[in-house]
Amino acid sequence: MPNKTLKISKAVLSLLIFTALIVGAVSVFASTEAAEAPAVANSNVAWWIWPLVLFVVTFVLGILAVLGGVGGGVLFVPIIGGFFPFNIDFVRGAGLLVALAGALAAGPGLLKRNLASLRLSLPVALIASSAAIVGAMIGLALKPNVVNILLGATILLIVLIMATAKKSDFPIVPKPDNLSQSLGIMGIYREESIGKDVEWTVHKTPQGLMLFVVIGIMAGMFGLGAGWANVPVLNLLMGAPLKISVATSKFLLSITDTSAAWVYLNQGAVLPMIVVPSIVGIMLGSMVGVKILAKAKPKAIKWMVIGLLLFAGLRALLKGLEIWK
Amino acid sequence: MSNERTKASEEQIAYANILNKGMWFGLALLIITFIIYISGALPSYVPIENLSKTPPGSTVPYWSMRAHDFNQALNIPTGWGWTALAGKGDYLNFVGIAMLAGLTILCYLVILPILIRKKDTPYVIIAIAEIAVLALAASGILKTGGH
Repeated sequence: MPNKTLKISKAVLSLLIFTALIVGAVSVFASTEAAEAPAVANSNVAWWIWPLVLFVVTFVLGILAVLGGVGGGVLFVPIIGGFFPFNIDFVRGAGLLVALAGALAAGPGLLKRNLASLRLSLPVALIASSAAIVGAMIGLALKPNVVNILLGATILLIVLIMATAKKSDFPIVPKPDNLSQSLGIMGIYREESIGKDVEWTVHKTPQGLMLFVVIGIMAGMFGLGAGWANVPVLNLLMGAPLKISVATSKFLLSITDTSAAWVYLNQGAVLPMIVVPSIVGIMLGSMVGVKILAKAKPKAIKWMVIGLLLFAGLRALLKGLEIWK
Repeated sequence: MSNERTKASEEQIAYANILNKGMWFGLALLIITFIIYISGALPSYVPIENLSKTPPGSTVPYWSMRAHDFNQALNIPTGWGWTALAGKGDYLNFVGIAMLAGLTILCYLVILPILIRKKDTPYVIIAIAEIAVLALAASGILKTGGH
């Protein structure tokens, strides 16, 4: 068994190195192209290379996202934005649709198993999706280098949250607040790991909703998805059990990202050549990732993904500051 | 009786069912239209091979331009203007994308009558407000100031 785990860890490490090599090659190639751009009217690269490379990279990102316990969007935007020749506007539009497709695919199963709670999601989604529209509009109005600086800083914040935030399987909620009581935000789910039905409710709902304003704006502005922020707020602040928080967060993205995605779509910031290979790549990668997850050592992989995010965040920051063009 | 206690609500199941069907339909549509696009079966408004080209007077290829500049350079309509180009290979893809992006509104419309029947007034109001927010985002009325 330890041998198997070691083999899988080695395979995941190889995937990371493979991704780094591809994005590195793409980055060098893209910068050469850009440097030559004024002199030439036509690119020498066959057009199909880009969607193909995009598919391969997003496939690997899909695997890593599942193993690292993060959404696809949070890896997609900084890595594709940092190392591919596409404008950050199109990358963010694609990032939102990637996160949206993943959430739409996961949503039905999570809702039917009563792990994602509609009663918890609907009020939160109303706040977050309204804020995401504002975020998308701000994001599309900002200059690309400002977006990259803010994106880099956000990714570094996510790295910090991932590295330090604790999670609580069953947080203690001494007393539900008035708002959650009047909205009837509560539920029961079957916790297979302990063989019991777990009753849950939430507290500090007004504070949680306030934070979802910020989360929504950031999701819309950067096209990141927002699972990295949703889960800590639902779990640590509002006191929803971890499983309910993770599942509800995933489902929530299908609503939050929808509103922002429409803004990008209506502003012409969506290129099918980027969107479709990315959605298919991430979804297929996620399916493979789920199979590997059963046998992999999540803790070691989580640190590898944190390392990848740290690198991508620094790249976005330095690109925005025009230190690493 | 734990199954009954832990069962999802009627509106939650209804939401999940429509989401499931719509998601697979939208995804299939997305893949089929993309194959049509890259195969060249339908002519594209902006040929895919042109996206990596640098237009005269620009320092960057089309796909490296800001969305606003890209739309101006290629005379691409914004908002729902793409529907007039849906017969073109590239804009045909927007049908699947819009289907996926519009699915949530459909799900809310499906659960709304259930919430009304249950006299769940707070959630009826929340659902109507969410439909209004998503419809506003989808309407194309909201515009950014370029850059």
